[in-house]
Amino acid sequence: MMARGRQKVLVLYLANSALDSQVIGWAVYDGTGETRRMAGDADAPPYATGLAALLDGWRLIQASQLLPHARGEEFDLAYLKYEFFFEQWIETP
Amino acid sequence: MTGTPLLSDEQLASFVARGFLRFDAAVPDEINAAFLVEAGEAPEAAPGRKLRATYGELLAGAAIPEIAPGTPLYDAYPEGSAVRRLLDLPLVRGALRSLLGAAPVFDHHFLHVTFPPRYHQGGGGENVSQHTHQDSTIDPRLAFDVQVMYYPHAVTRQMGGTRFVPGTHLRKVSEVALGRYQNLRGQQHMVCEAGTLLFLHHGIWHGGGVNVSDRTRTMFKIRIHASGSQQRQWNRVERPASEFQRPIFLVKAPRPPDSVAAILMAPEPWFEQDTGRLEFINRIRLWRYLTADPNFDADYWMTRLEPHDEAQGVV
Repeated sequence: MMARGRQKVLVLYLANSALDSQVIGWAVYDGTGETRRMAGDADAPPYATGLAALLDGWRLIQASQLLPHARGEEFDLAYLKYEFFFEQWIETP
Repeated sequence: MTGTPLLSDEQLASFVARGFLRFDAAVPDEINAAFLVEAGEAPEAAPGRKLRATYGELLAGAAIPEIAPGTPLYDAYPEGSAVRRLLDLPLVRGALRSLLGAAPVFDHHFLHVTFPPRYHQGGGGENVSQHTHQDSTIDPRLAFDVQVMYYPHAVTRQMGGTRFVPGTHLRKVSEVALGRYQNLRGQQHMVCEAGTLLFLHHGIWHGGGVNVSDRTRTMFKIRIHASGSQQRQWNRVERPASEFQRPIFLVKAPRPPDSVAAILMAPEPWFEQDTGRLEFINRIRLWRYLTADPNFDADYWMTRLEPHDEAQGVV
């Protein structure tokens, strides 16, 4: 039997490791099916900071770690560093 | 090369910093029309008809040849074909010469067609944008390939357009591993006139936008690499090193944004505060490579980190 309730996921990429720093990237996955978000669908972020998402009721469920920089690879850049996953649990009938 | 306008220092600096150069309505209408005829039209959507079959039929019927990777670029397309005429435009010749040197080589090409909703409804698929990605695979080189994106007809926002994120090209990522990044501050969408060209560094993060218009959108991409030196191939002006060592931090007035130093050191809206500085360092390293000047620096980023005399090593 399918569980009642559905999860909405918000991923915010911030300018540094502080939750109150600026949002530079974002993604939304809506398990309720009410919206279908996708790449390139918004040019302005849903929140100015990670803290603003908390104030709006999003629950933080994961934050990226701060890792030391390997010797010889200090200047190498790849993926965004400050990734925060939030959720909302939406009750369904 | 008489009649071949080479890129300027400012254009090269912009390419190094942002990973693209855009030329609006650069291709004449006559070539655009010829290309669209050669590309052909997709068969109309029909209930139960899968998009893959439609695309396959379009590619099979297009008068664009299969070409082996490694073919010299100027031997790749038949004389008189629309793509050959495009590649022979002075602006295109000059830009490719400036970025890739004297004898560019064909890697691959593709006819990207983005279909409007009725094709997805007919085939039972979902009409969504392409995940953001970097083409090919992890590429640790300092040298770069160029991807020419050609828009043979006008592109509206409704038609999706190529989405790309200026300044992401120096990050070493693995193709669509970054697909989770739906939106980034500063992303751009190609809304353009017919005949627009986008020259991209191979590493730039990009993806096809979702087409919610009522017609197909066509973009033709060619990936090209160098066969020799990429150094000092553009219309380079010798500049004193002092021009790039501007006063930093305590600055009393905005500085002109159009100097080569300012172009190289301009941040992007998506920059993280700390790694944005590493982006500057990586741009300096690429400029050193292209200018063959191992001592080049801007805004003291590298000078601060390197030995100031031969007796002093990095400890």
